[in-house]
Amino acid sequence: MSITVYVPGDSGALAVGAERVARAIVAEGERRGLSINLVRNGSRGMYWLEPLVEVVTPHGRIAYGPVTESAVASLFDAGFVTGAAHALCIGPTDELDWLRRQERLCFARVGVIDPLDLDDFRAHGGWQGLERALDAGAADLVRCITESGLRGRGGAAFPVGIKWNTVLGATAARKYIVCNADEGDSGTFSDRMILEGDPYRLIEGMAIAGLAVGATQGYVYLRSEYPHAARTFGEALARARIAGWIGTDVRGSGRAFDIEMRLGAGAYICGEETSLLESLEGRRGEVRFKPPLPALKGLFGMPTVVNNVISLASVPDIIVNGAAWYRDHGVGRSRGTLPIQLGGNIRRGGLVEKAFGITLRELLVDFGGGSASGRPLRAVQVGGPLGAYLPESQFDTVIDYEAFAAIGAMLGHGGIVAFDDSVDMAEQARFAMEFCAVESCGKCTPCRIGSVRGVEVIDRIRAGSAAEQNTVLLRSLCDTMTHGSLCAMGGLTPSPVLSALEHFPQDFAPRERTREPAQ
Amino acid sequence: MSPTVARSASAATPVPLPESSREIVAAILDRLHELPGGLLPILHAIQDELGFVPPAAVPLIAKALNLSRADVHGVISFYHHFRGVAPGRHVLRLCRAEACQAVGARALEKHVFKRAGVGFHETTPDGALTLEPVYCLGNCACAPSLLLDDEIHGRVDIERLDALLDALGR
Repeated sequence: MSITVYVPGDSGALAVGAERVARAIVAEGERRGLSINLVRNGSRGMYWLEPLVEVVTPHGRIAYGPVTESAVASLFDAGFVTGAAHALCIGPTDELDWLRRQERLCFARVGVIDPLDLDDFRAHGGWQGLERALDAGAADLVRCITESGLRGRGGAAFPVGIKWNTVLGATAARKYIVCNADEGDSGTFSDRMILEGDPYRLIEGMAIAGLAVGATQGYVYLRSEYPHAARTFGEALARARIAGWIGTDVRGSGRAFDIEMRLGAGAYICGEETSLLESLEGRRGEVRFKPPLPALKGLFGMPTVVNNVISLASVPDIIVNGAAWYRDHGVGRSRGTLPIQLGGNIRRGGLVEKAFGITLRELLVDFGGGSASGRPLRAVQVGGPLGAYLPESQFDTVIDYEAFAAIGAMLGHGGIVAFDDSVDMAEQARFAMEFCAVESCGKCTPCRIGSVRGVEVIDRIRAGSAAEQNTVLLRSLCDTMTHGSLCAMGGLTPSPVLSALEHFPQDFAPRERTREPAQ
Repeated sequence: MSPTVARSASAATPVPLPESSREIVAAILDRLHELPGGLLPILHAIQDELGFVPPAAVPLIAKALNLSRADVHGVISFYHHFRGVAPGRHVLRLCRAEACQAVGARALEKHVFKRAGVGFHETTPDGALTLEPVYCLGNCACAPSLLLDDEIHGRVDIERLDALLDALGR
């Protein structure tokens, strides 16, 4: 009888040697005359344990990690194929506290199934949402999503149902579903994990969206920095099309919905929806003025739903289980769950999907285990490079869009980057401006010029050159950028800068620096 | 023709495309020119095949898509991913974003500059390695990260970086 072994093909696992481990397991199995059925699953999201190897036993899947190539022979010696004890054994995967304490809705299948196996997908509840949607009316689908309280998970948190309803109500020759997979925020990787670990979920969500608003063509705009995700998702699209789940006649319903994947080209701004649309149309990714809203005049001038990967991937379960089921998770106006990503200087980094309402501290300490370096955590940046830096005194903030807004911060796409006490917050503030200068689309002056001047002013403050006056100037510049920029890029860059200045003013004082400012 | 005119004309005229590259570009344009908004897929296809988008390909692309050369140039220059010059045999993209900064990316950056003797957007004189910055590879829980050609590497420290470069003969 063959032994089923899971070794993730997720790029985070590949980055730390999963490919070599997989090859070693196959080779060692052959040497010992064992028949190994190797499955390349997605990641369970416990990245400190990657490469995480699981073996199927009568008692469920038993996990070992982090497995190195050189440990493979000793795993076989110990009898890991029957789930035997070994120094790297961490027990049955399903009983791991880190996973059990989560509410994995969107990520229920990630790491569990073979991402490209259509039968495995179906056996774990796949396509049920789309099958229901094919029998439902468009207005009912939109109403269900509206009532679920699902808000855009890309960062802006706009209610998904309202956007869909606008597109549904628009009359046009063509309508589009555009999936924003330009996951550029540092500290975020949940979109990538879905694309690599459960790609049919996104396809299903997009097809439902198409049925709900009357769109026949979908685009996934995927960043070029994710070559592995592009390979997996491209293959998933091909297989789904052959199986009839997308195409000119979705499962014999007579209704058309197809999806094309397009690659970005290394421009952070293309995560902004209008810039993304410009890029999809083959132009420079310059931000558009709004109105008109993309929901009315979007891709190629047609009504377009632009939603993030996680928003669309959340849709199938809502259709299957109902709006109330989803709405019952969460707090206040933040309903459902948020896939939170812990990264940076954190001991147990990875993917934590939890209902809204958990505190930052619980995430950083209970899940994250504190810093990777063992030094005290000094600051975290939540919501990507445009998110505020939060000091330890704000770690009790609840994961909730409104709670974050109340302290001048934002949840964004749910990325949390941890820094220990060796961080120089003035350097981080400078980088925020530098990043904006590199990535600004250039259309509006506060962002294009303000970011360059911001770097210069921060340099003067750090050098102690008329520090007080320059700090006043920096605040004034930030005010101009906040209120005068066309989109969130220039509008929110002041957020990390001002929060660093507010909470860590001592870091801006001139002092002996071990590092020179980057050029 | 005055020498001045001749000089400026030669500066504006890109190096002609070798016949083999011209055929590749023509085949890509033939295959993709009707794709709605297809300029980015075309540029990707050309760069995937040739390693860069040769300036001499710009007029061909413009003609096939009924765009001006300025339009095409504007798109190429907007996106960090597209290059107008041939890269080295290997391309190392080092992540500069916050999650990697939190665990030592700045030190890695310094080290790689020193070791390679070149900075970002530059190629070593022997043509072996091009360095490029990248802002997040989505591997933030196993930082610092880099992409070497299309392979991702995480938990990179100076020792691992050196081993990767040693393996390239750099």
